[in-house]
Amino acid sequence: MKRRPHLLYTAMVLGYAFLYIPILSVIVYSFNASRVATVWGGFSTRWYAALLDNQQLLDAVQRSFVIAAITATAAVMLGTACGLALSRFGKFPGRGLLSLMNSAPMVMPDVMMGLSSLLLFVTLQQAFGWPDRGMVTITLAHITLTACYVTVVVRSRMAGMDDSLEEAAMDLGAKPWRVFFVITLPLIAPALLAGWLLAFTLSLDDLVIASFTSGPGSSTLPMVVYSKVKMGVTPEINALATIIVVLVAVGVSIAGVLMHRRKDAG
Amino acid sequence: MAAPVRSAAAEPWRDPSAQPFVRIEGVTKTFGKVYACDDISLDIYRGEFFALLGGSGSGKSTLLRILAGLEAPDQGRILIDGLDVTHLPPYQRPVNMMFQSYALFPHMTVEQNIAFGLRQDRLPAAEIRDRVRQMLELVRMPQLAGRKPHQLSGGQRQRVALARALAKQPKLLLLDEPLGALDKRLREHTQFELVNIQERVGTTFIMVTHDQEEAMTMSSRIAVMDTGRIVQVSTPAVLYEYPATRFVAEFIGGINIFEGRVVGSDEASGHVRIQCDALDAELLARHTDPLPEGTSVSVAVRPEKIDVHEAPPERGTVATENVVVGKVRDIAYLGDVSIYQVATEGGAIVRVQETHVARSSEPHYDWDDTLWLSWEAASAVVLTA
Amino acid sequence: MSRAHDQGLWDFWFDVVRNLFGWFRAVGHEFRTRRGRFLVTALPMLWLGLFFLVPFLIVLKISLAQAVFGQAPPYTPLIETAADGAASLRLHVSNYAMLLSDPLYVSAYLKSLLFASVSTVFCLLLGYPIAYGIARSGPVARLLLLVLVILPFWTSSLLRTYALIGILKANGLLAQALSAVGLAGPDFALLHTDIAVYIGIVYNYLPFMILPLTATLMRLDFTLLEAAEDLGAKPWHAFLRVTLPLSMPGIIAGALLVFIPAVGEFVIPDILGGPDALTIGRVLWIEFFTNRDWPLAAAVTIAMLLLIVLPTLLFEYYENRRNQQEAEA
Repeated sequence: MKRRPHLLYTAMVLGYAFLYIPILSVIVYSFNASRVATVWGGFSTRWYAALLDNQQLLDAVQRSFVIAAITATAAVMLGTACGLALSRFGKFPGRGLLSLMNSAPMVMPDVMMGLSSLLLFVTLQQAFGWPDRGMVTITLAHITLTACYVTVVVRSRMAGMDDSLEEAAMDLGAKPWRVFFVITLPLIAPALLAGWLLAFTLSLDDLVIASFTSGPGSSTLPMVVYSKVKMGVTPEINALATIIVVLVAVGVSIAGVLMHRRKDAG
Repeated sequence: MAAPVRSAAAEPWRDPSAQPFVRIEGVTKTFGKVYACDDISLDIYRGEFFALLGGSGSGKSTLLRILAGLEAPDQGRILIDGLDVTHLPPYQRPVNMMFQSYALFPHMTVEQNIAFGLRQDRLPAAEIRDRVRQMLELVRMPQLAGRKPHQLSGGQRQRVALARALAKQPKLLLLDEPLGALDKRLREHTQFELVNIQERVGTTFIMVTHDQEEAMTMSSRIAVMDTGRIVQVSTPAVLYEYPATRFVAEFIGGINIFEGRVVGSDEASGHVRIQCDALDAELLARHTDPLPEGTSVSVAVRPEKIDVHEAPPERGTVATENVVVGKVRDIAYLGDVSIYQVATEGGAIVRVQETHVARSSEPHYDWDDTLWLSWEAASAVVLTA
Repeated sequence: MSRAHDQGLWDFWFDVVRNLFGWFRAVGHEFRTRRGRFLVTALPMLWLGLFFLVPFLIVLKISLAQAVFGQAPPYTPLIETAADGAASLRLHVSNYAMLLSDPLYVSAYLKSLLFASVSTVFCLLLGYPIAYGIARSGPVARLLLLVLVILPFWTSSLLRTYALIGILKANGLLAQALSAVGLAGPDFALLHTDIAVYIGIVYNYLPFMILPLTATLMRLDFTLLEAAEDLGAKPWHAFLRVTLPLSMPGIIAGALLVFIPAVGEFVIPDILGGPDALTIGRVLWIEFFTNRDWPLAAAVTIAMLLLIVLPTLLFEYYENRRNQQEAEA
């Protein structure tokens, strides 16, 4: 006997509405001809055009993407090494420390990581004359933060993997490096991709750490958005937000479809 | 079901001048406070199909992994064909293993799986192709070379795992519960196949199993293990008829165990008399070593060695050195035999069996029937441990 | 530390040094015997050590300095050399004194805890029905519903918080909707109030509550509910006595994933909150960017380390130990 759970459905609808009304409102307003967002002035794409003309914004977008791409790639390499060590190497001297240094950034507020990274760079610059605060320092700080998330993803994938596969490869004569590249890596590749995307998103979205560690002329996208929001001048942001939401929606949908198909095949 | 006939080869363990092929010396391995392997020493000869038999926690799997090089012993040595391999990593040992989960590489085809070990040795491509084909024919799966593991059945995967492990012609092949994942019919069929393949290839096999039937049918010798130690090493027949301890007697096959005290021994004839209160009788058993009076012992008698009579047996017709009487309490009909649980006055329950030689629809005896059970002194084993 | 007294101070330090030597020896052995593995562990260790651990030592050092405005770097050095060449260690604890004496800091910390805990409760109230609905759906509906939850998670949180501005401000979407029904005037604004901060935190962290809850609820054996109903329990009763207790691990996991980051939040209280929505994260930002008092900001960082990060790590450590013990039992 199945009773339609009206209460549950209502609660779910409310929950999803709460999640999506703000996003949808932004999308709608991005097409608002009027400058004042709350007054509907007709349909227009002027803000998208304004976006393309806004050099400051475009520079920031490019900077953020470059930083995010480098961060994600380095984070995947670092995080995989860390995840491999923590899940397959048993007890080694320094394991506790490594595990701690991995968990800590994830529970730490951004402001703390931002300040500490900045102070490190300032000290280094005083002592060695390098680095100058800018894209390099932002990237270094981002790598440190996101590598830990990649480690979590890699560890959970390796925990679910039958380690007798690696043992069998060694038993058949493959040395440890070969085992990793020929057996382990292909099997954890989806996790590495997920880790790359995660690191990329975290870096792209970060405001606080970038604010601390950036230098003159190296504002990232979130920093520009933040300063615009604080000043109260915002119409192009709606257009920007819409573009990002659409890109993410397309990406997530593709991922969802791929996962669905993989489940059917496997 | 008859066991596969082993070729009447020599029994090298009886030859005092024969050199063991695999020598395990004083191997100990602890995990934290637990002794997985406790001072284990074992000699295994070339061409044997050797079984490590025991329950979970007996240490058999740990010992196998130490042989493979996947674990390092805390103490002791392993020698294979004279070479000390104790600290050699697995990829440098002339040993290959067939894993319990088969561990087939899911992203490679059957052919690539089998060729994997050969590629690590950098053999020429033509030779690799030939060897892979040979292996596929050996396990009778030549047409499935291009499939991936997830497209194979359980039995097929097992054969690929075996082919892959034999491809490098290792000196020693280790098998970790090879038949565990197969259903009963396939298991029996594969038991024969494995023994045949081993005889054809001539490699020394060491198998780990918890299934005593499997060990009994397939192996040349069995080492029974319990909590990290080896309890007894012998051929299946010796283990069955002459178990050294109660553990071995109970582990292999059905058994009756009666506890009692020694009341006298006759060294000349090699017999011992034991008073068993649970059977309310004095038992006579064959035992060559003298035992002091009053020693607590167990007498072990296999059910099939006990004769069943509906009337007290007369002297001279059958062995009457041990006779007890009781009532049938339980019957289990198994088709080829029936197993009866006979309860005696003293409280002991004796398990006996009757083979259905003639075709009749019902078991021979019924509940509450009074039966006389008799057995020879030579059929009983006296256990002090 | 009483061990030192029992053993004698000399023996105690001797032990410490011996342990350190033992550790170095182990590292050297590791390097000699397993060079490949050593490289794999050394790389992340060195990176994290340099870019994560060392910075906090620097933060500690600077928190014990005094602010000096106008110079770069704007704080006093740790070791000062006097005119005659003598070096002396200069430690100023004035920053920590200020943290303890000025009620601003303590109240900021408490405010952060308040924001985080209330938001966690609302995340739970809003997120539980969604998680439950997802767990009970068929595979196609479940995938779609999960995608709809994950999509906001991948969208920039800054932009989503910004989206709330348009809704919560005067003449914003909420004000317009309320005035259309006559419940409030069009000037009604939740923006720059504490309530806006709550809404903002719940809005941003809701997926973090839903995902672990969904995972736990999907593993729930729903035949238990049927058994409860079969034994006469009404639906609500069955929910309270069976479902809720069994979903506790997911509730706790979700609550931690929301609460802990929310305590240190800066962006949401800064954008959506008023000047009195002063969280400890905002305090740090203001001390650094507005007041340019680096040493004080560093002291706040150390305080946050002790009050937020340390308890969390200890909690995680004991949880892991407890799980391991349960698994071994």
